[in-house]
Amino acid sequence: MRAAFFRQFLRDVRAQKLRLALTLFGIIWGTVSVALLLAFGEGLRANVLKEIRGLGENIVIGWPMRTSKPWQGLPRGRQIRVTEEDMDLLAAEIPEISSISAEFSTGSVRFRSGRNVVVPQLAGVQPAFGEMRNLIPEADGRFMNDLDAQRRRRCIFLGDELKTDLFGAESAVGRYLYLNNVPFLVVGVMKPKSQDSSYSGRDNEKGVIASRTFRAIFGREYPNNFVFQVADRSKVERARNRVYEVLSRKYKFDPTDREAIMIWDTTEFYGFLDTFFLVFNVFLGVVGALTLVVGGIGVSNIMNVVVEERTKEIGIKMALGAKGRAVIAQFLGETLLITFLGGLAGFAISRGIIALVPAFGLAEHIGTPILSARTAAITASVLGLVGLLAGYFPARAASRLNPVEALRM
Amino acid sequence: MFARKNGNGGAAGTNGFLIELAGIRKVYRTGALDVEALRGIDLAVRGNEFIAVVGPSGSGKSTLMNILGCLDTPTEGSYLLRGEEVARFSPDRLAETRNRHVGFVFQNFNLLPQITAYENVEMPLLFRGTGARERRERVERLFEQVALLDRMKHRPTELSGGQMQRVAIARALACDPDIILADEPTGNLDSGSGRDIVHLFEELWTGGRTILLITHDESIAKRTRRIVQLQDGKVVSDEMT
Repeated sequence: MRAAFFRQFLRDVRAQKLRLALTLFGIIWGTVSVALLLAFGEGLRANVLKEIRGLGENIVIGWPMRTSKPWQGLPRGRQIRVTEEDMDLLAAEIPEISSISAEFSTGSVRFRSGRNVVVPQLAGVQPAFGEMRNLIPEADGRFMNDLDAQRRRRCIFLGDELKTDLFGAESAVGRYLYLNNVPFLVVGVMKPKSQDSSYSGRDNEKGVIASRTFRAIFGREYPNNFVFQVADRSKVERARNRVYEVLSRKYKFDPTDREAIMIWDTTEFYGFLDTFFLVFNVFLGVVGALTLVVGGIGVSNIMNVVVEERTKEIGIKMALGAKGRAVIAQFLGETLLITFLGGLAGFAISRGIIALVPAFGLAEHIGTPILSARTAAITASVLGLVGLLAGYFPARAASRLNPVEALRM
Repeated sequence: MFARKNGNGGAAGTNGFLIELAGIRKVYRTGALDVEALRGIDLAVRGNEFIAVVGPSGSGKSTLMNILGCLDTPTEGSYLLRGEEVARFSPDRLAETRNRHVGFVFQNFNLLPQITAYENVEMPLLFRGTGARERRERVERLFEQVALLDRMKHRPTELSGGQMQRVAIARALACDPDIILADEPTGNLDSGSGRDIVHLFEELWTGGRTILLITHDESIAKRTRRIVQLQDGKVVSDEMT
């Protein structure tokens, strides 16, 4: 019976070559549409997420500002300042914070190496900053460490573009450069990374030194801002509120005064992105699925013709005792096979196209399309549904034929 | 060798009849016009009868056979097959009844051309859900019975008319039916092949089968044991020969 099924199928194929070719084309085209649109959507999403993560994952940045509300006899408009030591206080009081660092910065320091002079952003940070903010050193170097901080060493970590400006293509680790004529040893160069958001210049154009060194050289007591990380994204909001509580207690301002400390919670954007990409991918999926549905209508049409041509055969089978179920199974099986073959070809073509995409060098802008298991599963489900619907109605029509009339054909 | 397993022509109804038709009417609605193909048929058939249904074209022979074969249901009347009222069966129940209790032999053979003779005979067993091994044994035995063992793997198009009709008879016997219904089984055959087929039916009848055939051919009708004559949808004579 299985052999008979395939023989029958092949016979139908031969009889309907052109129609079947067009139909298969429709299914293949539809599958490619769904798979590629979803793959590109997912690639774009991964790309955007990667760029966001350039700043670090679940990062919150706080800037001490002026109070906007009077508090316990103290006037509004008071400047709030925190210290590097407050970081330890915050870390101790708020268990949700997994990592924290003060950040000093200035844009008026002359960097010189040989004849190359640059005036980039310079940051003074604590050792935890590197990992938290995703400043990963190339293999030959390292980030600031505790000893650098304790001993106020004159060590510097360079963004990759800044390093190129100063040292060209040569290796910089182990060499000296001058910051306002003070010599600094380069201990590490950042691995290039994608970063689409920043607050005081992009990391690849920055120089970074230990905060203690920064304070000693520039005589600064109060950091411009502080950065902390919350391992569990769902606890970010709680951590933020706790920061207001702890700092307002120490510096005597209204804990509800959101202007005393300006906070940028980068995770707020993730939520937006999640929604955005969900809608975006659903949109792409629906567009692709509609194309597939058009292909499905083609399959349904061809099966209707097949049913009509095989009315006599259906009549004979009914006379021999085939129940409606058996007739439905036969035609539905054929439809699903056509859909399956078209889908398989569509997947193969999609994979081919996706493999070719990186050759066009657009990865920086649109990301690399990903034919993930999820994409495949969604495509396969849509395909299966289209096949079922396309096959069911002709099959049901076949099963409802009157055997007497069918035999008379 | 054509004997039925139970020998007496199958389970009979309450009063010994395999088939009992009472007041069967069949009306076809064609637009505004109603065509009454059967106008009250009463007919009872016992196991192991050999019956010819004769009559001019349009007399309702084929309609009667369709109803007897559970391909169609009567507009009115009662049809007891093995004591069960078939007239009110659902389509699936009718299909099951055709599969288990009725074997059809058609004038134009109605074999499926794209599969082999073997697969044609196997088909009713597949619909019945018979296991692979039993299917093979049974199909081979049937081909032996109709003397076509060497033609099993041929396509119907590679067979002569007489051979095709023998394959069709083997197919009709596949599920060991209670009755074989043959509609002009020799109509498309030359006289020699036709004689062979009639002879085969006689052998089946001798072996215990119940056979009802529709025919135009007087000489064939005379070889049966009972002739039912139809005219204008009614039985006008019903005689033992």
